[in-house]
Amino acid sequence: MDITLITRAIVLGASALGAGIAMIAGIGPGIGQGIAVSRALEAIGRQPECKGDVTTTMLLGCAVAESTGIYSLVIALILIYANPLVNLIAG
Amino acid sequence: MNIQGPEIYYTLPGGIHITETVVNMWILMAVITAVCAYLGHGLKDKPESRRQIVAEFIVSKLYNMVGEVMGKKNLIFAPYIGTLITLSAFGSLSALVGLRPITADLSVTLGWAIVTFVMVQFFKIKGRGFGKYLKGFIEPTPVIAPLNIISEIANPVSMAFRHFGNIASGVVITALIYMALASLSSALIKVIPIPVFQLGIPAFLSIYFDLFTGVLQAYIFCMLTMVFVADATD
Repeated sequence: MDITLITRAIVLGASALGAGIAMIAGIGPGIGQGIAVSRALEAIGRQPECKGDVTTTMLLGCAVAESTGIYSLVIALILIYANPLVNLIAG
Repeated sequence: MNIQGPEIYYTLPGGIHITETVVNMWILMAVITAVCAYLGHGLKDKPESRRQIVAEFIVSKLYNMVGEVMGKKNLIFAPYIGTLITLSAFGSLSALVGLRPITADLSVTLGWAIVTFVMVQFFKIKGRGFGKYLKGFIEPTPVIAPLNIISEIANPVSMAFRHFGNIASGVVITALIYMALASLSSALIKVIPIPVFQLGIPAFLSIYFDLFTGVLQAYIFCMLTMVFVADATD
């Protein structure tokens, strides 16, 4: 068996595993956005007339809190589609 | 849609790729320019046509938003913000007519974020003077200067990745689900002769990934641009 072929297969498999593991970071933004939404609902319950403002600010905050999840997504996409680690063993 | 990235149609000499994103962006620019020219020609002091009322409504909403977020003295930025929000929103919404969204390409969002970054640095230097600008990095102590520099560079990178990641993840997830539905219906093709699962179901995904995320990310990108630039001009 060609040794580089086996190495490539191992690196590709490890990249796919790494992409999956990177997406565990999705837990953080999930919890954070849940807390933000629950607080926003409390605020709307207390002052229903502020609904528009609270919703806009909440969506903005949620989208900013999403950043960490998006970083892990970008890493997963790079690992799956760009395969930077396979190119290292090309020689 | 190709989930591995935009297709390269043609390569100019010198290694410049003419990708799907470039072509779609030119189409969008032509459409937006045509709509703006249609809305904006032959304006009168007293609005008579419905066209002019629509145009005035859009422009006054935009100026209100910029005035609220950046303050009345920064209304000069309203055309830039308007351009950004229009291109960004329509760039994501173009997925509804089957074009690949231009914002699902990191080059586009990173380009916009770098424009914002340059604007922020320019107005910081202009407002405070070069010496005070450099001094801002070693506050409160010189030890944390590297952290200040990193946090300054992290702003445009995180803006670009946020916009790109949201739209690109929508493209990838929609394409994957579409493939799964296609294989599901091809398994049943002998029982039901039409690809029944691909009807309707992707439309509900499109409501979230194209309409909601696209417009929300355009709004957030512009909001962050306004906040950063307004902060720099203080």
